[in-house]
Amino acid sequence: MADRDAARPGAGQDAAEATVTFTLDGREVTARKGEMLIAAAERAGTFIPRFCYHPRMSSVGVCRMCLVEVSGPRGATLQPSCFIEATEGAVVDTLSDKVKKAQDGVLEFLLVNHPLDCPVCDKGGECPLQDQTLAYGPGESRFVEEKRHFEKPIPVSELVLLDRERCIQCSRCTRFASEVAGEAQIDFIGRGEEIEVNTFPDLPFSSYFSGNTVQICPVGALTAAPYRFAARPWDLDQVESTCTTCAVGCRVAVQSSANRVTRLLGIDSDPVNHGWLCDKGRFAFEAVNDGDRVTEPMVRIDGELTPVTWHEALERVADGLRSAAADGPEGIGFIGGARLTNEGAYAWTKLAKGVLGTDSVDAQLGDGLPAAAVLGLPRATIDQAATAATVVLLAGDLREELPVLYLRLRSRVVGGDLSLVELSPQATASTPFASVSLRYRPGDAAGLARAMVDDTASLPAGTDPAALAEARRLTGSGPVVVVIGRPSLAEDGRLVAEAARILAEARPDCRFLPALRRGNVLGALDMGMAPGVLPGRVDLDDARAWFAREWDTVPERAGRDTVGMLRSAAGPAAGGSGDPDPTVRVRALVLLGADPTGDLPDARLAGEGLDGAEFVVQVASSTAALSTRADVVLPAAEAHERPGTTTNIEGRVTRLGQKLVPPGQAWPDWMIAAELASHLDADLGLDSLHGVWDEVERLAPAYRGITRSVLEAAGGDGVVAPLATSGVGISRRSVPGPLDPIAFPGVESVERQGAPPRAGFAESPTAVTTAAVATGGEGGAADASGREDGGTEGDGPPARPPLLGVPADLGAPRVPPTDSYTSRLVASRRLYDRGAAVAASPALAALVPEPPVRVNPHDLDDLGVAPGGDVLVRTATASLVAPAVADPSLPRKVVAADFNLPLAGGSIADLIDATAPVTELRLETP
Amino acid sequence: MAVTDAPRIVTSRIGFDDSHTLERFLATGGYEGLRKALTMTPEAVAHEVDAASLLGRGGAGFPAGRKWSMLRKNPVSYLVVNGDESEPATFKDHLLVERDPHQLVEGVLIAAYALQVSQVFVFLRGEFALGLERVQAALNDAYAHGAVGEDIFGSGFSVDVVLHPGAGAYICGEETALLESLEGKRGFPRIKPPFFPAAIGLYGEPTVVNNVETMSNLPWIIRHGGAAFAALGEGRSTGTRLFALAGHVRNPGVFEIEMVKTTFADLIHAPVLGGGIPHGRELKAFIPGGVSAPWFGPDQIDLPLGQDEVAAAGSMLGSGSVVVMDDHTCAVRAAWRITKFFSRESCGQCTPCREGSGWLERIMERIETGSGREEDLDLLLDVCDNIAPGLTWPPQQTTICVLGPSIPSSIGSAIQMFRDEFLVHIKEGGCPYG
Repeated sequence: MADRDAARPGAGQDAAEATVTFTLDGREVTARKGEMLIAAAERAGTFIPRFCYHPRMSSVGVCRMCLVEVSGPRGATLQPSCFIEATEGAVVDTLSDKVKKAQDGVLEFLLVNHPLDCPVCDKGGECPLQDQTLAYGPGESRFVEEKRHFEKPIPVSELVLLDRERCIQCSRCTRFASEVAGEAQIDFIGRGEEIEVNTFPDLPFSSYFSGNTVQICPVGALTAAPYRFAARPWDLDQVESTCTTCAVGCRVAVQSSANRVTRLLGIDSDPVNHGWLCDKGRFAFEAVNDGDRVTEPMVRIDGELTPVTWHEALERVADGLRSAAADGPEGIGFIGGARLTNEGAYAWTKLAKGVLGTDSVDAQLGDGLPAAAVLGLPRATIDQAATAATVVLLAGDLREELPVLYLRLRSRVVGGDLSLVELSPQATASTPFASVSLRYRPGDAAGLARAMVDDTASLPAGTDPAALAEARRLTGSGPVVVVIGRPSLAEDGRLVAEAARILAEARPDCRFLPALRRGNVLGALDMGMAPGVLPGRVDLDDARAWFAREWDTVPERAGRDTVGMLRSAAGPAAGGSGDPDPTVRVRALVLLGADPTGDLPDARLAGEGLDGAEFVVQVASSTAALSTRADVVLPAAEAHERPGTTTNIEGRVTRLGQKLVPPGQAWPDWMIAAELASHLDADLGLDSLHGVWDEVERLAPAYRGITRSVLEAAGGDGVVAPLATSGVGISRRSVPGPLDPIAFPGVESVERQGAPPRAGFAESPTAVTTAAVATGGEGGAADASGREDGGTEGDGPPARPPLLGVPADLGAPRVPPTDSYTSRLVASRRLYDRGAAVAASPALAALVPEPPVRVNPHDLDDLGVAPGGDVLVRTATASLVAPAVADPSLPRKVVAADFNLPLAGGSIADLIDATAPVTELRLETP
Repeated sequence: MAVTDAPRIVTSRIGFDDSHTLERFLATGGYEGLRKALTMTPEAVAHEVDAASLLGRGGAGFPAGRKWSMLRKNPVSYLVVNGDESEPATFKDHLLVERDPHQLVEGVLIAAYALQVSQVFVFLRGEFALGLERVQAALNDAYAHGAVGEDIFGSGFSVDVVLHPGAGAYICGEETALLESLEGKRGFPRIKPPFFPAAIGLYGEPTVVNNVETMSNLPWIIRHGGAAFAALGEGRSTGTRLFALAGHVRNPGVFEIEMVKTTFADLIHAPVLGGGIPHGRELKAFIPGGVSAPWFGPDQIDLPLGQDEVAAAGSMLGSGSVVVMDDHTCAVRAAWRITKFFSRESCGQCTPCREGSGWLERIMERIETGSGREEDLDLLLDVCDNIAPGLTWPPQQTTICVLGPSIPSSIGSAIQMFRDEFLVHIKEGGCPYG
């Protein structure tokens, strides 16, 4: 797998790559050294039929469809071209009579036991077996005996069904499970023609990645429960898009029929997802189809949300916001934005900061990281992380939060090319293959980071010195990428960000990959949806003059974050020090596709804040996510219903495809902001989606040069912002992408990826360099800081503001020491939780677990509670009784629970105090 | 030709009731070969084996000494002994592991010394309940005796030998499937190239895989010298060899016979060997080297029992199993029975063998049970051709391992030698033999 990655275009491609020359069907062909014949032939335009071969997995050579004649010491012999490397001087014949006879024979053999139920098979119409039988087979079978039968179908997981009689034993699914996902829960049983894929007794295929096995199945043996018998492929229409279920940004084909999404398929984007998707991303579309959608603007009248016209709703919002701003614009706060497109995020930022003048805008809900850190730390790409010497994980469980990033890193680690150093309060899915796992108590992240880079620093209590020494060694040399996220939602994000800042200061060559989970949260932050910043990764104060040139107004001072807005709205009792202006209370809250009640780690603060706000507007798409406190609800289009762009964890900007017409009167998010501005007697100056993007490209410094034509030319792989500093720029493949319709059956237009650019570039076989793009933009040489670009201070136009750098101070709070009776809480995330996307997707909603509280076994012993027994978890303000299990990975006096999941009738959010550096609690017997 | 008076090299002790015990072994020259080998250099030991021209007794017949010398250019990590003898009518290793387990252990230790490996795995067929018990007991005795383990016999050479029982799959006798199984995986053969055990073997390390009988010859060769072994037999086929004689003979069993000097006719008819065909019946056909080998007719009964001689006649000596069929044997049923075995034992990994074996079995069954069609004969041959292109001998293959191309041997032979018999089945709607 690892070698395979390296051999692929785009991944460490050197000009001085070793090549071999061989003869393919009588002509000279050049292959990369070590390249398999099947791949070399394909690049040379000769397609060799295959079933088991998959470019993203190891070769097994079992289907025998790709047999070709290869010259050898004993004459030409039939060899599997997926298993034989191209060697210098080899003579390969893919068209001889012998090859043709072998191919005919293999196809006839495959059809011996394969039922000819194509008319009722979901794969019919996009089936590699069907297609290759047409292209290569003998046409007619001589098999007159009875075929084998199996009970059909059997569930291999909650989401995947298996019709064993259709299986051709190619082992794609079992290989995916074992080598890509690392979850070898399906395998062959039996032998001979009785061989079948199955699960182990009483152990379902419980992988988060099970849907990929369905997608790569070359026959109709594996089907996904939501798609089984749902459609015929020729009735489906497709657009390419980017999955925004999390922030990895997997490329997807969205396929629909009759204005309903029928399925999502992964597209092989070399820098991002390699064709894989997680099951949440793949199946959460059900929420778009079947979730109860908000289809009309509504206003609360006599306690009831009542449908009104857009005009009435927007008038009401405008009135509410005007009166909330009576004491100053900071009386209005905007919470959320990660569900918006980049264009929507920019439009709402411009409305909030550029029209209303409030800087209290925050796309994160107390579950993220300070924008200054996310935007200011040198950013890594996923490829840079995958090809680094060492990756430091200072984040939640990647398999739970950013599943496909987990796959990308895992494959490199188990391939032996990458070392993993994990800094986490508890074991994660990455722990088994991490070189070092350093456990820490919540609050000690920064101390641990300090100890990693400074021999003289004092070690946080409980740190294993040997593990620390190994972590130092692994991070001491070679490229290091730090994946930074939230190991615990009950630990202030600034504490983790401070740890990253320490590493960045000590190792200036270190790069960072933010493990923020919400769909387009990185795009929203880039578009300025955080206090203290403006669009394009610039500081509010640095960029005030630049934006003042075009915007009606620019906030006078930094605003509040989500926690601050809710504390202010809750009233003086909840207010605290650090509030930018305690005199201007937040009176109106605009919730942009977010609901603090479920999303904020601190449920009490969310409730008090919403209750305390005088006026609440919610832009929403799902009734399930509607706040009971909303005074006005504005219906917004969802994913797959709106075009635009999104930005992933790398800063990679890709285009979203619109496949559906939004239901009822739902509008694209940017349009709601523009229309609301007009009701506020302002003109946002944004008349079209393209217009919004043109303004982003013109004004947002980090997006300079990423014009619409650049985005179009970049295709599915997108462009990493900012162009000049990323060292990546346009990562469009220098050779055509895979033409292999067998690798990802069902994806219609894979060949479009890597197609020659249509606009803005010369037709060139080599990758367009970053420089070419940067100088191609308007205004000549524009480096990332833009310092060469602007005029002088005072006279003339204001300078393009510099991009944020490594923050000097994040204001991380001091963590008070605890007494020996006090534990600290770890609140982690699970992929399937009570969030709206899962709740409204029937296939996924059934998978939401109800995990117990986890406690260090000695602490449980001290308490006298047997594993599985109930414990009482008490904080200063709340308590709950829940079953507890022993987790030896946890340090002493650390209690772990999962956020946004049912817990003994309550929720861990009832205990979390978002205003404290860490949530402290006591463990007692109930 | 005749039955020669050659020395018994591997069966010298089997006349004793306690042949499997350490006491008997030591009383009959046991471990003398090992003790002698330990006084020699590893190269000298290997040289003796090379000089003996000991052909591998597992079926392929590759010279053991040459295999080792090729390998000793690079350090070998593991020696693996293949005792997964599972083919119908093949039972010569069965005798060796039950009746002379110490001889096997001694041979293994000599090989380990010659190859300078410190870890040996002996993979024995799981159904060999008594054999497993006795080899394990022999190993335990040998450890206690100082012949295995740390610093064996004070020589400074250390080696561990682990006995591993198979789990019932014939395919694990294929050496790369055996290695997979040893590694704890499904017994799926590996693709060669590149997974030749000598290059990428057990746990990815260079590995020698040798057969039980091959190992059992080593103590004698070291005690008496490679030249004494090479003086027996003729040409490349030196020494003696075990033949498992089965089928329609009065006296089936395992016989140690000097190679080349003896013919199939001797083996089948000599009173001290097979004792002839009972009930006054005539020879119809025989399989010279296990059920994967093409059949011979009575006209080839005077062929000598030599590897190259049998190969030149279009079949193989293989694993040393000779199956005799008298003239009351239904060729269709015999070939069907063999096909059924391979179909059951196909590992299911690669397409032509998995699907082809079952298909062939069904066609054969149909012909035998009276539902055959004339075109089935061409169909059988063409399906066979799609597994072993050209139907040549030795076969080419579209499969990963040689199990697949073993199937066409009996079907091809039966059709070629007894085409009329097939046609009778088809025309009369059933088996004329009842």
